[in-house]
Amino acid sequence: MGEAIVITSGKGGVGKTTTSANLGTALALSGKKVVLVDTDIGLRNLDVLMGLENRIIYDLVDVAEERCKLNQALIKDKRFECLYLLPAAQTKDKSSIQPEQVKKIVQELKQDYDYVIIDCPAGIEQGFKNAVAGADKSIVVTNPEISSVRDADRIIGLLEQEEVEAPKLIVNRLRNHLAKSGDMLDVDEIVSVLSIELLGVVIDDENVIKAANKGEPVVMQPDSKASIAYRNIARRILGESVPLLSLEEEKGFFGKIKTLLGMK
Amino acid sequence: MAMVQKLQHNVTIKGTKDGLILLLDDKCSFEQLIEELYDKLTADSGQMLNGPVISVKVKAGNRYVTAEQEEKLREVLKEKENLILEKIESDVITKTEAEELRKDAQVITVSKIVRSGQVLEIQGDLLLIGDVNPGGTVMATGNIYILGALKGIAHCGSKGNEEAIIAASVMKPSQLRIAHHINRSPDTYPDLGNEMEFAYISKEEQQIRIDRISAVHRLRPMLNSLV
Repeated sequence: MGEAIVITSGKGGVGKTTTSANLGTALALSGKKVVLVDTDIGLRNLDVLMGLENRIIYDLVDVAEERCKLNQALIKDKRFECLYLLPAAQTKDKSSIQPEQVKKIVQELKQDYDYVIIDCPAGIEQGFKNAVAGADKSIVVTNPEISSVRDADRIIGLLEQEEVEAPKLIVNRLRNHLAKSGDMLDVDEIVSVLSIELLGVVIDDENVIKAANKGEPVVMQPDSKASIAYRNIARRILGESVPLLSLEEEKGFFGKIKTLLGMK
Repeated sequence: MAMVQKLQHNVTIKGTKDGLILLLDDKCSFEQLIEELYDKLTADSGQMLNGPVISVKVKAGNRYVTAEQEEKLREVLKEKENLILEKIESDVITKTEAEELRKDAQVITVSKIVRSGQVLEIQGDLLLIGDVNPGGTVMATGNIYILGALKGIAHCGSKGNEEAIIAASVMKPSQLRIAHHINRSPDTYPDLGNEMEFAYISKEEQQIRIDRISAVHRLRPMLNSLV
């Protein structure tokens, strides 16, 4: 019996889908059987990021309305044997599916997969309720911006009312020099406001955008900064105790890179 | 006696090398037809209708045969186990059927961009002046002609017509569907020229093929309405 993890944020554009794609791929890299579920009906993106859009025939709504079997809608990833995607419908909207239906599907997926990663849509309405319905655990993604942290706080409040474990936090798109100079919220500030466990920090990396445009998650690259961050988060999900890059260490780490690049 | 003579003429059974043809009179009542057909099949002379499986074509002339009546015809034909009703030909159709035929034959011109999440579904042939963006879908019961770029999904012959084609000025679909066949695109498109292409089902391979538009008159001559 696997576990279902919902990736949510409240605010749009903070990197839920990117995080889902990369964590899913990173878990598959370490040999786990993973299925990614896109619940962003009407504005699906996960298939595009994974480069699997052209394989979609059936989707989540088709499964919920029993127009096809669950297995028919699952798309096998082109890189990994153990990674699958259940795409969202593009021509319907969020209200075309009910939380109970998602819950049933996720329960079914948990029988066969080690991890069910659920990509949640932005917002706190029906789409959010659908995504959270079947989840055991939750991850909140936020950017180091005041509006994003505000929305994350709201989402954590809503998650506490659901039957999920206490959410964990990923701070995405951190720009270290801005945080250091005090022009951007730093990780400590965010954690102290939200007061939930920090699962990882992903710094702003242009490789993420480059990889997304190629339909290939950035974790496939061996040495980009975002890739390492995502793989560390995946290892933490697997229960390894990978030391959190504390702010001091982080400075040291980036300092080294900057020295290497001659920026310092 | 005259009455019996008349009865004999309502149903004529003709044998051809492809099977039997039942010619049904279109003036008498349907009950009369059924009765007479039953008599003929079960009469002594009907014994010759035993033997290997024979397909039967019914020609009903100017009589409209309802689904209910068709069922009755089948029932009567079951008297002879070797007779299989292949089809019923009638010179008349209902207004609704005629309307459907007209709709299936029409070309609908649409000028718009079909964007992600939108579905454009029509009965007949579709002439789209504009693009189909990734995530967008166009569907037609007949052929699809796109004056623009096809980057989303196109589904022609959606009611099962395998002869239907999809033509596009720029053919870069994420998926092509013809009747019940589905093909997905390669993961990367080689940068070839901007030649107009069309997709069809190849009879030999039973799968979707793409060819230059200049091959269409050879592969689908029936598209030509200019005789």
